[in-house]
Amino acid sequence: MRMLLIILQKEFKQIFRNKVMLPIIFVMPIVQMTILVYAATMEIKNIDLLIVDQDLSATSRGISSHFQGSPFFNTEISQMSAKDAYGKLESDEADLILFIPANMEHDLYRNGNAVMQITANAINGMVAGIGTSIVSQTIMQYNRNLVLNYLKVPDTRGIQHQISTTYRYWYNPYLDSKSFMVPGILTILVTAIGLFLSGFNLVREKELGTIEQINVTPIKKYAFLAGKLIPFMVIALFDLTLGLLFGKLLFDVPIVGNILVMYTMAIAYLLVVLSLGLLLSTISSTQQQVLFTAFFFMIVFMLMSGLFTPTESMPNWAQDVNKINPIAHFMRAMRMILLKGSTMNDVLSEFFILMGTGIVLMSTAIWRYKKAS
Amino acid sequence: MNTREVIIDVENLVKKFGSFVANDHLTFQVYKGEIFGFLGANGAGKTTAIRILCGLSTPTAGKIWVAGFDAFHQTEQIKRNIGYMSQRFSLYDDLTVAENIAFYGGIYGMSRKEIKEKTEVLLNKLEFSSQKNKLISDLPLGWKQKLAFSVAIFHNPKIVFLDEPTGGVDPITRRSFWDLIYEAAENGITVFVTTHYMDEAEYCNRVSIMVDGKIAALDTPEGLKNAWNANNMDEVFLKITRKL
Repeated sequence: MRMLLIILQKEFKQIFRNKVMLPIIFVMPIVQMTILVYAATMEIKNIDLLIVDQDLSATSRGISSHFQGSPFFNTEISQMSAKDAYGKLESDEADLILFIPANMEHDLYRNGNAVMQITANAINGMVAGIGTSIVSQTIMQYNRNLVLNYLKVPDTRGIQHQISTTYRYWYNPYLDSKSFMVPGILTILVTAIGLFLSGFNLVREKELGTIEQINVTPIKKYAFLAGKLIPFMVIALFDLTLGLLFGKLLFDVPIVGNILVMYTMAIAYLLVVLSLGLLLSTISSTQQQVLFTAFFFMIVFMLMSGLFTPTESMPNWAQDVNKINPIAHFMRAMRMILLKGSTMNDVLSEFFILMGTGIVLMSTAIWRYKKAS
Repeated sequence: MNTREVIIDVENLVKKFGSFVANDHLTFQVYKGEIFGFLGANGAGKTTAIRILCGLSTPTAGKIWVAGFDAFHQTEQIKRNIGYMSQRFSLYDDLTVAENIAFYGGIYGMSRKEIKEKTEVLLNKLEFSSQKNKLISDLPLGWKQKLAFSVAIFHNPKIVFLDEPTGGVDPITRRSFWDLIYEAAENGITVFVTTHYMDEAEYCNRVSIMVDGKIAALDTPEGLKNAWNANNMDEVFLKITRKL
């Protein structure tokens, strides 16, 4: 026990003396929360919409005016040729083009129908899809009002008989992407801190040669490895707290669930991450090797975790892989606890999976670390 | 040297890495309190042997007893009774002089009080008290090595293993380093030292010379010089390594 304290004392001293690492430990949660949550937003805003109005009628102006002032679009109205408009699409000055051909109003009143065209730059499929559907919805709405006016039917009666759907979004009523992103970003934060710091630490002693001196002492293996893990557990939990506090103050992210449940899950998760870092550093001999392998695991698990895309829409094999993806389990638990107020019972399966993975990785790391060759 | 108590007893030590034989049936004894020089060209197998004796490496075959413990099964007991200083520098650069001493002292189970008292004595003796709170990285190499040696014997081990301890150090510092070694030997610590410097070989009580994984000669420096009809250890070393 005293040996563990002596090792911890040494590790903390070294961490706090590291002039490069220390600022990162404090700055990383703040920067990640601000930049990632603000910039890496999932909301669709500021789509560049170009309306080519060749009709210049009351109706076409009416349609155009519906898009001005919409929070989704930066609208530009012009009378340019189709060719020029496509040029704009090509040079990325427009994401969407709405063509209103000449005689649109004439066709509408004379023939009872008129055709307009929406062209979308679908390089970003999400922007194209959502933008197109908002534009067509807006036009249909306009059309309905037009019909009602034309038939001189009193406003409400025509609509009353239509079937309508109302909806409520549970747990995130305003579809605020920040609420969704914050638990994810916190997960990434804890992962990066835990994986890289613990991974680099042991292998650094290998590079410097101090590990030889340690191995020739009667130091206990478990005390040495625990001394390597505990500091980073503390730092990661501290960063989690800092990030959460920042999220609460800055974005008012909901913290519905019990904070102690969240910390319990975080400790189980960190056991996995730190053990993985330790394992990587026992099988590597340079910090480069650790960096590269750790990066590999982090990217794969992160992309599959459901941070950016819902895991439910992944193919079956990916969902199978996700059963052993610790990031996916922890991120789901974080969202459940923070947004839905899930209790320990609700996240019990995640807890056991994380603990199980952690124990397996830790045992492997201890087994792999040998004081003699 | 009258007591002749054996503290390291090696009989037919063999270490193989795949098909390469690094140590080929080494047999030798080291007596308590002596300074035992372990010489050989680069790649002769010195470091392999020293790592086995320290419990850092497992031997392939042989009977090896270090401080009364078996090098196959009792490496942790061996480690409690030895000190080690390698050619790769072993103190922590980002800890101070006092912190390094306290860390290693603590690992060997010394009490806080004992560490504090012995640190005072040690630093006074080295005339180094003013540098107590300096980071190791700020010290010149010679000082680092003297400190590393002092740390290696801080817990008063029975044997200290020194693997090329004076590499890259100027002659004056080397001389004062050897004063520390003599002092440790006088205090009853057995010193097992590998070196490239033949003048240092003269300082040892007995010297063994390794060639290609085997011990080619083992005697006092005087005995070796007589046997090989040489004026100094340099000549002895050249004659032995070239003849074989």
